[in-house]
Formats: sequence, C-alpha cells, structure tokens
Amino acid sequence: MATGEMKIVEEPKKVLTMHPKKFALWLFMASVLMLFASWTSAYIVRQAEGNWVFFELPVLFYYSTAIIVISSVTMQLGYWAAKRNQFDKVRSLVLATTILGVLFLAGQVMGWAQLVGNSIYFVGNPSGSFVYVITGVHGLHILSAIIFLLVVLNSASKKRIHSGNLAQMEMCTTYWHFLGFLWVYLFIFMLINR
Amino acid sequence: MATADIKVHTEAHHDDHGHDHEHHGNFWTNYIFCQDHKVIAKQFLITGMAWALIGGILSVIFRLQLGFPDASLEWLRPVLGGWITPEGKIDSEFYLALVTMHGTIMVFFVLTAGLSGTFSNFLIPLQVGARDMASGFMNMLSYWFFFLSSAFMFTSLFISTGPAGGGWTIYPPLSALPQAIQGSGLGMTLWLISMALFIVSTLLGGINYITTIINMRTQGMSFTRMPLTIWAFFFTAIIGLLSFPVLFGAALLLIFDRSFGTSFFLSDIYIAGEALPNVGGSPILFQHLFWFLGHPEVYIVLLPALGITSEIIATNSRKPIFGYKAMVGSMLFIAILSFVVWAHHMFVTGMNPFLGSIFTLLTLIIAVPSAVKIFNYVTTLWKGNIRFTSAMLFSIGLVSFFLTGGITGLFLGNSAVDIQLHDTYFVVAHFHLVMGSASFFGMIAGIYHWFPKFFGRMMDERLGAVHFWITFVGVYMVFFPMHYIGIAGFPRRYYSWTNFETFSSFADLNMLVSIAAVVTLGAQFIFLFNFFYSIWRGRVAPANPWGSTTLEWTTPRHPGHGNWPGEIPHVYRWPYDYSKPGAKEDYIPQTVPYSETPESNLPHENELVKLEMGNSGAIIPDDKRH
Ligand code: HEM
Ligand SMILES: [Cu+2]
Repeated sequence: MATGEMKIVEEPKKVLTMHPKKFALWLFMASVLMLFASWTSAYIVRQAEGNWVFFELPVLFYYSTAIIVISSVTMQLGYWAAKRNQFDKVRSLVLATTILGVLFLAGQVMGWAQLVGNSIYFVGNPSGSFVYVITGVHGLHILSAIIFLLVVLNSASKKRIHSGNLAQMEMCTTYWHFLGFLWVYLFIFMLINR
Repeated sequence: MATADIKVHTEAHHDDHGHDHEHHGNFWTNYIFCQDHKVIAKQFLITGMAWALIGGILSVIFRLQLGFPDASLEWLRPVLGGWITPEGKIDSEFYLALVTMHGTIMVFFVLTAGLSGTFSNFLIPLQVGARDMASGFMNMLSYWFFFLSSAFMFTSLFISTGPAGGGWTIYPPLSALPQAIQGSGLGMTLWLISMALFIVSTLLGGINYITTIINMRTQGMSFTRMPLTIWAFFFTAIIGLLSFPVLFGAALLLIFDRSFGTSFFLSDIYIAGEALPNVGGSPILFQHLFWFLGHPEVYIVLLPALGITSEIIATNSRKPIFGYKAMVGSMLFIAILSFVVWAHHMFVTGMNPFLGSIFTLLTLIIAVPSAVKIFNYVTTLWKGNIRFTSAMLFSIGLVSFFLTGGITGLFLGNSAVDIQLHDTYFVVAHFHLVMGSASFFGMIAGIYHWFPKFFGRMMDERLGAVHFWITFVGVYMVFFPMHYIGIAGFPRRYYSWTNFETFSSFADLNMLVSIAAVVTLGAQFIFLFNFFYSIWRGRVAPANPWGSTTLEWTTPRHPGHGNWPGEIPHVYRWPYDYSKPGAKEDYIPQTVPYSETPESNLPHENELVKLEMGNSGAIIPDDKRH
C-alpha cells in the first residue's frame, strides 16, 4: 500500500472523455450518413447522364414524412419526461413513438404500392430503382430503431429510465432524431432532383 | 526506482473491471469467443498470416505461368485439377480468378484486417492505457464477422466455376453478368457476400478504435502525448468509417443488378447477338463509387504501417522522432486528401480533360505530406545510435519502398502520362512497392517488434536478418523490372504474351521476375518457422526488451485481462524521450514525472512542474493519490 518513501509528483493532465457508447453511436450514424450520401451523389451523377424517367413521388410519402416528424416530437417529449422522472409519461410517449414508427413503415410500403400502381417498378430505369433502394434501406434502419425503441419501452415499463439513468433513452432519442432528419433530407432530395 | 513507485499500490484497483476473466473460464471463453483485445488481436494476426500465405502462393502460381509460358504445369494438376488445361497450362479464366483473389486477399484480408485488426486491437488499449476496448463485445463480433467473411471467400476458391474473376475492383458489366465469364457466376456472389460481411467487421472494429482512443486514455495521455502508432490507427479508422459504407452501397447496387435485374450499372449490352433488357445504367458510376473507397483504402493499408515504423525507427535510433507534429499533421493531410483524388484511377474513362487536370493537381499535392514523412524518417535516423534489430531493418525497408514506389506515383498521377501507362505493369510495379511491399514490411516489422508483448518471448534476430535481406532484395528483383516491362507496354491482367512478337525480347526479364518471386515467397517460410518456433521455444523476453518509453512495456510479461494488475499507470510526458541530454538512461518512460528528472528537464518542462505546484496546490504525495 505504501511505497516506503514519499514521492512528490506533479498531477497528470486530465484528458477529455465522453460516454463511450454515445460516442460510438455518433460514429455509427456518420457511417450511415456516408452510405446515403454515396447514393444521393450517385443519383445526381447518374441523372446528369440523361435517359432518366420522370415520375411523381407517391402522395403517401408526404404523410409518412409528417408522421416521422411528429414521432420525433413525441420522442423528445419522452426524453424530457424521463429527465423529470415522470415514469408513466415516458412509457406512453415511447410507446407513441414506436407506434408512429410502425405507421411510418406502413406508409412507406403503401407508398411503394402506389409506385407500382404508377408502373414504376424496382426493375427498370434507375430513376425508379434508386427510390426503392433509398427508401428501402432507410426503412431497414427505421426497423432497427423500432427494435431499439422496444428495448427502451421495456426498460421504461420497469421504471429503469429516470434522471439518474438516461444513457439508453438519450441514445435512442439521438438515433431516432437522426433517422427522422435523414428521411426529411432524402425526401426533399428526391423531390428536388426528380 | 524512479519508475517503480508508480505501480506498487497493492490494493488491486479494478476500475471498471469487477471480475478477472483469466482465472475462471474455459477454452471457449478464453480463446474462441474471448472479448480480451489481446486475444482478438492474435486471432486477427493468425488469420491474416494464413491469408498472406494463400495470397502469396496464388501470386507465385500465376507468376510461373507468366515467366515460363512454355513450361508444363502438369505437376499442379493434383492441386488445381481441371484448372490445368490438357496442354498443361493454367486455364485462362482461372488465371483471371487467381489474380482477382490474390488482389482481394492481399488488400482486404491481409493488409486491412490482418494489419489494422492485429495492431489497432493490440496496441490501442496498451498504448493509451486502457483496460480493454470500449466495447469488448463489438470487438469480438468484429473478428467473427471477419472470420465468416473469410470462410465465404475461402469457399469460393473451391467451387466448380471458380472464384470471382473480374479483378479486385470488380468493374461491371464484367462482374455483373454471369454469362460473361465463369468467375462472374457463383464466385462473384460469394465475393460480394464475403465483402459485405467484411465491411461490417471493419466498421465494428473502426468504431471501437476511434471510441477507445478518444475516450479511454489514461490520465495524462493528452493528444500530443500519444505515440504516432495511435495517431496512425486513429486516422486509419476514420478513413475506413467514411469510405467503407460507400463500397457497401456500391456492392449492394451491384447485387441488385446481378440478382434482381435492376440496371444501375448496365445498359445496352449485347451478348451473343442478343440484347439484354437492361437500359439506363452507367458502368462509370460504379467506378466512381468503387474508387471513392478504393483510393482511401490504399491509405487504410499504408497508414498503420507508417505509424508502426515511426515508433520502431525512433526506438531503435534512440532518438526522438523528428517532427512529431509534422508527422501527425501530414497524416491528417493525407487522410483528408485521400478522399478527393479518386478519379486518378479513371483518367481513361472519357473524363473531361479539365476535370482530369484538377485530379492531377490534387493527386500531386499528396506528394508533399508524403515527402515530409520520408524526410522525417531519414532525419530521425540521421546520426542516431541505430540498432539494427529485425524490426528496424524492415522499417528501413518500408521507407525505401515508400520512396521508390511513391516517386512513380508522380508519373501516374499525371493524366497525360497515365493514358500511356494505365493498366500496364508500370502500375503493378508502382502499387506493389508503395502499397503492397511497404505495408507488408510495416506489418512484419510490427510483428518482430511486438512479438515479446504478444507471446512473452523473443524471435530469433539472426533468422530475422536473413529473412529481411532475402525479402528486401527479392521484392526489388520482382517489382523493379516491372517498370521496364510496363513502359514497354505490357498490359496487366493478361494471361499470356506469347502471341505478341514485340514482347518476346522481354521473356528473360519475366523469367527473372518469376524466379525472384518464388525465392521471396520461400523466404517467408523462414519467418513462419521463426514465428512458431519462438512462440514456444524463443528466449524469454525481458520486461522492456527494446528500451521503449511507451506504456505497453510497463505491463507484466503476460498481461492478463485488464492489462495492468494494479492501477493503470499515469502519463507525464510524450513518448519520444530517447537520449535526452542529461538523463541517466537513454530513454525515459512516459510514466516518469518531470519532477523526478530535474537533471534532464528542459526549461519549459521545469516551468510545467512549478506551475503544477503553484496553482491549486496540485502537487500530491504519490502514495496518497487515490
Ligand atoms: C509474393 C509477392 C507478390 C507477387 C509476386 C505479386 C505479383 C502480382 C502480379 C504478377 C499481379 C498480376 C498483375 C496483373 O496481371 O494485373 C498482381 C496483382 C495484384 N497484386 Fe500482387 N504480388 C505480390 C504481393 C502483393 C501484395 C503484398 C499485395 C498487397 C497490396 C498485392 C496486391 C495486388 C493487387 C491489388 C493486384 C491487382 C489484382 C487485380 O488486378 O485485380 N500483391 N500481383
Ligand atoms: Cu488512388
């Protein structure tokens, strides 16, 4: 325990640190962003070469966009409720977000049905294929976030989410907002570059 | 004495580590599904070495075909079976598959997973002073995704239509159409599955490396006190995190084109007189996406090797690294530039010449930070007390290859010159020296240097020197003549040149290259013997065999799970205090406070000690720190 003689040393410099898991989530989101950035750039490059079929985006995409924006609001309210230890409120808001998330996915799938009705298939001119790939892979990410929401919902029901234990809730909120913003970006992008 | 007092706190203080795994646990948890970064590093190392052997053997097989086009390869029939034609030659499509597999294996499996996977995993926690990676579980997953990916790629070597044959760059339409060559059938599908898994593995690993470096450094390990190895792994992981998703995106679109009938990369193709239904795709688009990863990838391969050699060269020159900040700065600059030069691989795709000159300019700018690095290596060596350990020899070898290979990059980076040299052996010579051999030497140097920490024993230095000289001379004999062959116009990915009368005057040179390749590969068995023999029979390693300053050498000979039995040591100085004037020894470990080395402190370091004492009374008795 003792070193025998007493040593006098200067104190080592403190280093800057963050919550490792939250930090890792940000890195993950950066790589997801790169994936979609690559596709949207590919979209523009390909479009510039001509031979590009023009079509209207399904009306349902406007509705799903509204849904995802509302779900971000419920999630944020849930996060604030968690900070204030309002257990029941956290639970119902996370539940609401989950349901809205599922509705969003349903909207996207029905949007595809509208596309098909419009004779825009996955196989065909890349202008249509890109829309399917971009919405589809974004949907898969939403699916992963819904699973995350269910995990959070489970902790919330067990009253394990409160001001002293926010990390999980905070990460889920971050991820959900990220996917929401990502969709809004993708949607506007596809609207502008048809 | 000076350093001993730091670690004698007897109350083992297992910070975030409630339990010692190493005591209880069975074979499965200790070696297979282990979450200890050191074990995972060894898993990457052994798998990477196995792949290197396979990749090397493949290259020698096709080199035999190129160097001795008239010889009978009948004796390979027991191994290659139907891939040897009735005339005793290698089947021409199989030749392409061999080249493809060789490139893929070397670039991704050996020099990305094998190099970063091994050394980032091993050295990051040990050198920044952490018990383990930020997430041991993700780290374990990273290895097992790599293993799965390896399994798919390995399987593809044995299927009846052969592995992927469209080159490691898998350009469509060749790679997209199973009708095109055999290798674009099942082999290509397996290639794509394998690479998708590989990318997942790389991302899991990379996220962990970055998180650990940023968040898990020990007290005192500020950014400017991190060893250059850590900086290199850090930039490598960031480059990978930003570029691999793009390859993933490209691969996914290619999968859709191949298996679902979309037309992202396909348009107006006729096969055997019949038009394919695909319209509206663009094969050039794939090249953009691929090279947006592909060029950064060469730095993913190279930077870790540069980091490793910075450390080894400083240690074995017994001198501080010359220009620490310039080294970090040039790596940062290289990392940024690596994202804006990709189109130099596409000068002959009908690109707008003006765009071509912009990419030429950006490419040539990379020469500046690269030259800074070479200059700093040489000035670190200059008048050093050089110890020619095996690791040092290989590091110096790296500097040599980086220089000779880098210079030809200046030629190829010029769009006008590249039109002549594109897809010739000049390119093969260039990238094998600057990327292949340089990174390979960095990896070998790292193994020699950290072997004592990996296995607690030393490798044989004499065998190491023999290994070095044969490999070093061999590599130049293999790749230097390729410059001439390339300028003479030999195209790459050709299985035979015997039909071209003009090329027959180079037959001798090609034979020489092939013989040198066989000898070079043979020399690697010296290394393999040395490696495995030393694991069990090598000389027992002292605690700090090379007199290094960094933290990994303050761990026990066989560090357990958690790395330091007691508390994690604190860091008080940068890692390059070698041969400091006035110091008692020719190195001062990072764990020694300035207050203990008044004899060697520089004026500003003395200021630091005073400052610490002056403000806030931060001075504390060492044994009451916690
Ligand atoms: C024993 C040592 C090696 C020999 C003799 C060798 C030889 C060759 C040869 C002759 C080619 C074929 C060129 C062509 O037909 O286009 C080739 C391709 C290639 N090699 Fe190596 N090589 C060796 C080691 C390496 C290493 C360490 C790397 C790591 C970067 C590497 C990466 C590649 C790549 C990326 C290709 C291109 C594959 C393609 O065209 O798809 N090689 N090598
Ligand atoms: Cu490049």
